[in-house]
Amino acid sequence: MAQMTMIQAITDALDVELARDERVLLFGEDVGQSGGVFRATDGLQKKYGVNRVFDTPLAESGIGGLATGLGVQGFRPIAEIQFIGFLFEVMDEVVSQAARMRFRSGGRYTSPIVFRTPFGGGVKTPELHADSLEGLLMQSPGIKVVIPSNPYDAKGLLISAIRDNDPVFFMEHMKLYRSFRQEVPEGEYTIPLGVANVVRPGKDITVIAYGAMVQTAMKAADVWSKTKGIEAEVIDLRTVSPIDIETITASIKKTHRAVVVQEAQRKAGIAAEVIAQINEHALYYLEGPVVRITAPDTVYPFAMAEEIWLPSQERVQAGFERVLAL
Amino acid sequence: MMSVSWTTKTDEFVQVLNEEGKVVNADWLPKLSAEQLRELMHRMVFTRIWDQRAIKLTRQGRLGFYAPVSGQEGTMIGSEFATTKEDFLLPSYRDIPQAVWHGLPMDQAFLYSRGHQHGGQIPSDVNVLMPQIIIGAQIVQTAGVAMGFKLKNQKNVAFTYIGDGGTSQGDFYEGLNFAGAYQLPAVFIVQNNQFAITVPVALQTAAKRLADKAVAAGMPGIQVDGMDVLAVYAATKQTVDHAREGAGPGLIEAITFRYGPHTMAGDDPTRYRTKELEEEWQKKDPLVRFRLYLEQQGLWTPSDEEAVIEEAKTAVNEALAKADAVAPMTVESLIDSMFDQLPSDLLAQKAEFVKKEGN
Repeated sequence: MAQMTMIQAITDALDVELARDERVLLFGEDVGQSGGVFRATDGLQKKYGVNRVFDTPLAESGIGGLATGLGVQGFRPIAEIQFIGFLFEVMDEVVSQAARMRFRSGGRYTSPIVFRTPFGGGVKTPELHADSLEGLLMQSPGIKVVIPSNPYDAKGLLISAIRDNDPVFFMEHMKLYRSFRQEVPEGEYTIPLGVANVVRPGKDITVIAYGAMVQTAMKAADVWSKTKGIEAEVIDLRTVSPIDIETITASIKKTHRAVVVQEAQRKAGIAAEVIAQINEHALYYLEGPVVRITAPDTVYPFAMAEEIWLPSQERVQAGFERVLAL
Repeated sequence: MMSVSWTTKTDEFVQVLNEEGKVVNADWLPKLSAEQLRELMHRMVFTRIWDQRAIKLTRQGRLGFYAPVSGQEGTMIGSEFATTKEDFLLPSYRDIPQAVWHGLPMDQAFLYSRGHQHGGQIPSDVNVLMPQIIIGAQIVQTAGVAMGFKLKNQKNVAFTYIGDGGTSQGDFYEGLNFAGAYQLPAVFIVQNNQFAITVPVALQTAAKRLADKAVAAGMPGIQVDGMDVLAVYAATKQTVDHAREGAGPGLIEAITFRYGPHTMAGDDPTRYRTKELEEEWQKKDPLVRFRLYLEQQGLWTPSDEEAVIEEAKTAVNEALAKADAVAPMTVESLIDSMFDQLPSDLLAQKAEFVKKEGN
């Protein structure tokens, strides 16, 4: 088994699926010859040719339209949106077109499209590159939203996303691209969409996180285990839409306390939805209110203030303190 | 028609028949059989009657959303007639006649108008997408469908329609540019009917001709008399043939006019155009001039006309009866169509509605 960074695991997943299914196409800005701004598609054009891996003109809605039209033609497009901040340029094609295709055509046409995009803070990008816009996508019916937190998951989830018969928005946290390596099996394997993963078992607090916040939550949990003997159970959502409420409920039945951690701003996002679903499914197992650790409801402060803006390990620990005091 | 160079003169306005039905430009006169010529007339008369009936049915509440087409038959019928059934149509909401002449059953068009999901369930042998509502989205998608043909080495084209106002959209430029950059078999037909709901073309753009917008995408743009079915057919046929042969995309701007309101949902044309303007355009009517042309050649008689009118009325009634017989749409079927495999949260929501709807 090879040790891989998340970006290498993503390249590997794309390679596996391009080799396996001729209907898979890969395109976006700079993805062809140069292999993408993060090298996620490195070497793939050379291996599969310009008809399957290609550069597009610089226009995100055009990329989305290309993907939707190719989906109608029976292809399985993987469209790269270079940075999450450009989501709004392609929002119509994602939300109003691809995600409605199955409904509008009564199943005659589908949109088996993966929209891949880097997102997330902490890597000193220019303005409008690092936002967390998964909450907007979660509000859009007909599309799944997947956010891996490590190399192994990234490969297995991306393969599942490519094989899914409906549109999947696959968000790759930039800070995780090269921050650590992991054993990643060669060849194909899948991780089911819509199923969360208990990454750290514990009996005292349920911590629900996704993306880069899984690392932050794990560090906080380890500190509290060592210093206070409190064992937090950390759940990595892996898919943020739909949410795996069964895994969350099972954990809360055991711990009776929950903290939800997200990098995004507070209002109406993934954490809010998790808490609403806990309210519907697990309220009577709780000893007290669910605590939410998020960024404040401001625009993303690029570069200089991002480190103090992003939820930190200390803020997660403060959340543990609050949830146990309630 | 074949003698005309692909590179059109930038100020050319293609007209074959004048308002009296006389051939004014034999270079562009398409070589069509008597049967084909009669079929063009048949489709235009049929569509005019169907439109009049649909307007009445909408007023009676028997149809839902409807965008009238009268005045634009020359453009709609002439352009679609230049394609084959294997070519793929991406219509906008007014382009229901093209969708039906391309194979969409009329009863499904009526169901679509009513907001019934089955309306968009295009039969598997019909190469049509559901009518597009977002102005310009069909343009970027046309590039995708056309690329699909190119990748599959299929000699077919994707063709689509947009209005004069639609040429202001970003998606219009993005789609044209993609089609040009990849040299895709795509054909874009701009129906310049003079008003984008209420806003006249002069306020829409400073461009002298919408056909010129093709230049920026590196493709030819032809301006035609959209009230002249033969000119529209000839220009579209030439563009479609070139695209089919791998020579790249093209655009046709058809100068036309809609006699009715934008849609039946409250638009009042008297607020933005004069009676004089409407009368001026009615003199250019596509049916009138083509009827004169056919009559001069002994290819059309009043009894032919009567027969089509009766046929259209019957067809509309039959389609309506068929649409009426379809069971109402349910939330259950709506939920089922969100995903190939429903996630547990939607399954739970579906169960609530199954209970409520008593299924």
